[in-house]
Amino acid sequence: MADWRQAFVLGEQVPAPTASAEPDEGHGPGPLRRLRERLGASRRALAAELRASVLDRLEDADWERLEEALILADMGAPATARVVAELEAEVEAGGLSDPAEVRERLVDMLAELGSAGDRRIDVSAKPSVVMVVGVNGTGKTTTIGKLAWVLRNQLDLSVVLAASDTYRAAAVEQLEVWAERAGAEIIRAAPGGDPGAVAYDAIEAAKARGADVVICDTAGRLHTHGNLMEELAKVRRVISKRLEGAPHESLIVIDATTGQNGLRQAQAFSRAAGLTGVALTKLDGTAKGGIALAIADELEIPVKLIGVGEGIDDLRPFEPREFAQALLEE
Amino acid sequence: MFDQLSDRLQQTLSGVRSRGKLTEADVDRAMREIRLALLEADVNFKVVKTFTEAVKERCLGAGVLESLNPGQQVTKIVNEELSRLMGGSSRDIALASSGPTVILMAGLQGSGKTTACAKLAQHLAGQKRTAALAACDTQRPAAVDQLVKLGKQAGVTVYERGTEADPAEIARWALDRAREERKDALVVDTAGRLHVDEELMAELVRVRDATRPHDVILVLDAMTGQDAVNVAEAFAERVDFDGILLTKLDGDARGGAALSVRTVTGKPILYASVGEKLDQLERFHPERMASRILGMGDVLSLIEKAERVSDQQQAEDLERKIRRQQFTLEDFLQQLRQIRKMGPLSGLLGMMPGMGKAMKQLRAADMDEGELDRIEAIILSMTPEERARPDVIDGSRRRRIALGSGTTVQAVNQLVKQFGQMRKLMAQLAKGKMPDPQQLLRGR
Repeated sequence: MADWRQAFVLGEQVPAPTASAEPDEGHGPGPLRRLRERLGASRRALAAELRASVLDRLEDADWERLEEALILADMGAPATARVVAELEAEVEAGGLSDPAEVRERLVDMLAELGSAGDRRIDVSAKPSVVMVVGVNGTGKTTTIGKLAWVLRNQLDLSVVLAASDTYRAAAVEQLEVWAERAGAEIIRAAPGGDPGAVAYDAIEAAKARGADVVICDTAGRLHTHGNLMEELAKVRRVISKRLEGAPHESLIVIDATTGQNGLRQAQAFSRAAGLTGVALTKLDGTAKGGIALAIADELEIPVKLIGVGEGIDDLRPFEPREFAQALLEE
Repeated sequence: MFDQLSDRLQQTLSGVRSRGKLTEADVDRAMREIRLALLEADVNFKVVKTFTEAVKERCLGAGVLESLNPGQQVTKIVNEELSRLMGGSSRDIALASSGPTVILMAGLQGSGKTTACAKLAQHLAGQKRTAALAACDTQRPAAVDQLVKLGKQAGVTVYERGTEADPAEIARWALDRAREERKDALVVDTAGRLHVDEELMAELVRVRDATRPHDVILVLDAMTGQDAVNVAEAFAERVDFDGILLTKLDGDARGGAALSVRTVTGKPILYASVGEKLDQLERFHPERMASRILGMGDVLSLIEKAERVSDQQQAEDLERKIRRQQFTLEDFLQQLRQIRKMGPLSGLLGMMPGMGKAMKQLRAADMDEGELDRIEAIILSMTPEERARPDVIDGSRRRRIALGSGTTVQAVNQLVKQFGQMRKLMAQLAKGKMPDPQQLLRGR
């Protein structure tokens, strides 16, 4: 498993991890290799493009192909144009000559785009509150299940889940399944109940039982629905009123297949819920998730987590260099 | 963020009018703007390339180069080409005359399949028809519960056998039940799956073969980026879907994925989901989608309206007059009437891209239709000479005009003064400078 201790800001009382908490220890491929395999399978086309363009001769057509590859990765036209222009300028200035150097520099530049802010998740307060938001269908509930599992099984923290998605049919039932899998408690209300009240109750419960982290699920909503965004802002207000300094984290879940609309989503949710990070999901498909780099770069919201599969242990800390490398790797 | 494409094209192609001819370099500049706009809308890179080449050819070929407003003409061509690519009028699902019509829904995780299933079932259930849902998503936790709840809301039967059974088995069983209970339609929900997941794609093929559906529908999220093409191609290859249902169109995604998928698979887009409520499913409108991808407001219908009310020759005369400041009150009256023929002023401005700000100012300025009536009355009370040369209007003429139009001398004064200033502003406008719209309207 990845070293999860580096991915969090932890409180003092957290004990050293116990070896028994590693579920796939001793069998299966290592975490990095596994990630590369998963990411790599989908990156071959891009890698081929890049080898053909960057590593051979550097002509106009090659720069165009490089541009194409980055746009096909959903990096967006502005970020792509900038990266390509910068790299081109550096090559022309004679700073880079060896194809391997050009490639390294490209990895650097892509990693730099994704390096905004502190990527650690702050769970140092007791209890800490992590709010999870996003548009419909990005994988909020699944990500919460995986995050709860990491906190519980990798860091030995106790977790309370707040089932604040009181809107979607069977959302609570879905979260319940994950709570059981992850070994977390769940606080729920009747369907159609007030999401703020559920969050409030969950914080109460966490305090009463001395739990370490509260993760608050919210209903998926399109960022263009003003009243629903206002509801989200209200949930946040309820949380911060009940607990000073909370929510300590407010994560937006972005689907890796999302195109340029991801930027608008991040902007709107940032206004309503004060985002502290991005969780990028569904990287096990062929989508490259370049929009996350654009979000980190343009809005300076750090990418903190990536989802690479449907299993409970398929969550990883985001490593910009690794991500950039995986983009270019076969 | 990206501005309205038509505004950007106007900018790119402004100055062309003074030279009177659009060169190939101008067209190339315009194509770059279109390319950016389409990429911003998430249209696939390769589709964009083919598309801009086709548009360029048409722009260079037609009489666009010599036309009065090349920016608008290019915009119109782009929109037409886009609508054409998006497919003609969409079809509704036709229910077979006997036995349940089976519709299989497939797509990635989180694209909105389960909700779309319930919406489609409700849509098909109208008009004395009955529909049912089959719960074949045994993967996602609580997916069956969700479908059962949505089925209840939609007032349709849901056939479910929990999550232990095999999806193809459930589908076959549900079809038997639907036959027995004489349902007219059966909508089969399936688990979301990645197109690269061999095992789950094989499962989908088994569900299809078990039910032999009349239509297989790919559910596609309107926010999907460049990857839409890979997804659609994989699903087309494995299950050969018949049409597309586009979801989450109530957001602000441009939805370029729709164009990509339509282009690479040739499959029509049948429905669009425009809200979370179960009745918020619409037939797909290619022209509206084209405008949306280009971020153009409804500029197409505005152009059509303008074309209906004015002929080209007249427009060219007017254009020349404005440039030379020979624009008279008679011309103004005719313009006013033409504009009013197109509909209420506020509606027209709303259709114009980039006019959002002007609209607000207009409301603040309290320009109402009544004021336009008064302006018409004042001009109609003038002699032809006065309309052509407002300078001749002296004190006694003013009194006569005020009396004739039922207004005051001050009102007549104001109009004459404003007209003089407007003439200057319009000349500026014709030379390519955009004056403040409020200034233009109030003549300040």
